[in-house]
Amino acid sequence: MSALLAVLREIAGLFVEDGSLVLAILGVVVLAAIVAKLAPGMTLAAGAILLFGCLGVLLINALSAARGAGGA
Amino acid sequence: MSWTFTSWTVAAPAVSAAFLGSLVEAVEALTIVLAVAMVRGWRPAGLGALAGLALLAAIVLALGPLLDRIPLHLLQLAIGILLLLFGMRWLRKAILRAAGVIPLHDEVSAFAQETNELREQARRHEKRLDWLAGLASFKAVVLEGLEVVFIVIAVGAGRGLLLPASIGAAAACLLVAAAGLVVHRPLARVPENALKFAVGVMLSAFGVFWIGEGLGVPWPGEDLAIVAFAALFLAVALISVALARRPALGTLR
Repeated sequence: MSALLAVLREIAGLFVEDGSLVLAILGVVVLAAIVAKLAPGMTLAAGAILLFGCLGVLLINALSAARGAGGA
Repeated sequence: MSWTFTSWTVAAPAVSAAFLGSLVEAVEALTIVLAVAMVRGWRPAGLGALAGLALLAAIVLALGPLLDRIPLHLLQLAIGILLLLFGMRWLRKAILRAAGVIPLHDEVSAFAQETNELREQARRHEKRLDWLAGLASFKAVVLEGLEVVFIVIAVGAGRGLLLPASIGAAAACLLVAAAGLVVHRPLARVPENALKFAVGVMLSAFGVFWIGEGLGVPWPGEDLAIVAFAALFLAVALISVALARRPALGTLR
């Protein structure tokens, strides 16, 4: 049973480590999906939101984690 | 199937990501299997590892046909989101390790910890130790192998590249197993963080690409966009390392 729980924890841990990173990524994806859905002629804009949103999330999350660790 | 230049622009990163990602996971699994072998012998270590590989093969065989039934756009979207979550998690951790914010993964210390735990178990449950040792080996192979399976499916399923991605992953696992059999020590000199950094960059680029495809985004340059995305993720990751770096701490090793 504990082995099964460990496997389930490991599967969840494949994708979720820092909750704020996951939420921010999903937020960017949802925003891009909304733009793609509402403005079918501007799907490239949705792509730009997706790409640059994820790059921004990465930079901000890494720097905030570094600052958090420095302050701890 | 005729392989064009654009096919290779997707296949090469997919195979590389599968190979490098599997290399990292195989090194971590090998450390535990070696610890089991050193404490209790190769029989339980080998049997546990083989049982783990059999379970992973069963998971792949069960999932493979299911993937064919999912509409391509939905598959690209779902796998893209999982890839992005997985890739950016690895990339974030590699950035923080490279910047010295969190310590590098140390195979020698992981080996020592596992060996100590097994010796402690030996004192408590001498009769059941072979079984427990085999289970430790099995768990290591399954848990690390799940990441390999995910990477292979994620980078391979969207464009029918499951076979080349599987070959890349299998090559990495065989390489690590052969190296482990030869040196009989954890592969502590493998530049694990640099590998995680590279794989994180590639998987994140694949994730953005697949999500965009799933949303119907007409990426300029089509498949070549993946290379551009990887370059952008690499640039931002390196900038993040420079900005987050602490004096006298980690490296990109």
